[in-house]
Amino acid sequence: MSHIIEVARQQVLEEGRGLTEEQLLEVLRLPDESLEELLALAHQVRVTWCGEEVEVEGIISLKTGGCPEDCHFCSQSGQFTSPVRSVWLNIPELVEAAKETARTGATEFCIVAAVRGPDERLMTQVRAGIKAIHAEVDINIACSLGMLTQEQVDELKGMGVHRYNHNLEAARSYFKDVVTTHSYEERWATCDMVKKSGMELCCGGLVGMGETLEQRAELAAQLAELDPHEVPLNFLNPRPGTPFGDLEVMDGRDALRTIATFRLAMPRTILRYAGGRELTLGDLGARDGLMGGINAVIVGNYLTTLGRKPEEDLDLLNELKMPVRELQKTL
Amino acid sequence: MTRTPSERFCGHCGQDRAVGHHDRCDRAALLEPPRHCAACRRRMVVQVTPTGWTARCSRHGEVTGEPV
Repeated sequence: MSHIIEVARQQVLEEGRGLTEEQLLEVLRLPDESLEELLALAHQVRVTWCGEEVEVEGIISLKTGGCPEDCHFCSQSGQFTSPVRSVWLNIPELVEAAKETARTGATEFCIVAAVRGPDERLMTQVRAGIKAIHAEVDINIACSLGMLTQEQVDELKGMGVHRYNHNLEAARSYFKDVVTTHSYEERWATCDMVKKSGMELCCGGLVGMGETLEQRAELAAQLAELDPHEVPLNFLNPRPGTPFGDLEVMDGRDALRTIATFRLAMPRTILRYAGGRELTLGDLGARDGLMGGINAVIVGNYLTTLGRKPEEDLDLLNELKMPVRELQKTL
Repeated sequence: MTRTPSERFCGHCGQDRAVGHHDRCDRAALLEPPRHCAACRRRMVVQVTPTGWTARCSRHGEVTGEPV
């Protein structure tokens, strides 16, 4: 058995203390022969500190494309020659999407907009959308609307927004290679305001963007320091027309090692499979990740790309005897 | 895959399907909706929802995706 796995067994599994950045780097450097053992440990950690249940969420793009920011992985930036065109969803369509999500058994519905931060037009749409969803659909509402002011944080909380997503995206040391139109510190500030407001914070990032293993460990450690309620883990899906469009898809074994590493950094967080998993891991990898530290999934489609059929994920959870978290338990 | 005469352009890259290879585009199409109209290659307005998608061309109307 590898030394770092022995250390993690004691420190994380037995004592519930996440690994340090240096320790996380050791995990990321483990050879493929240790992967099975590593995933088994990460799964034990998640069951011990989070339980057997898996949280299921659906997401919708309220405002697609035309974003002024230059996140190099994103097909919705207006700065790149991406084929994604700008479009807004109307309120009846938004409510229908919430109903679609609820029918899958999901307890979370996240409304996402491709913006730097919400302007009054977007806040008006969000206000009306949340009111309409609350009237017709029994589901928790999350939002992801970019960087917020304190007033907007307070207003979203007042609307009954259950959780707010704002990813760090990348490690501090790699951030300038990923985004130049805003700073890591600006992102952190929004996350900090959300946490202090009492809303649940959902904050994760992407891997497979050309970062080093050191930077991958750094991202996990910085997320652990922020201590969000949920961490969505995305794997780069290279989008045509973006600066990262020609990068290779991440190796599946590296992706699984990353999942386990994030779990060993944050034993108690909701660690969610997010975008890119179908491309990076395929059907077999979906199972391995759920048995390697993941305890939440986005079902169905993403914002601009398609996902697995919801029933495929739900059947897999059933086969793995992992109960789907029910609504009342998330409130 | 059999294509109708109106499906002249690749929905993924927007290029003429008779020119070059589109195997990669066809694989990509399993995980994303079309972005270009197959009849005229215009970029379409696409909305993805949790279990489906629509893609609208200003000239040739709307195509709807199979629910995932």
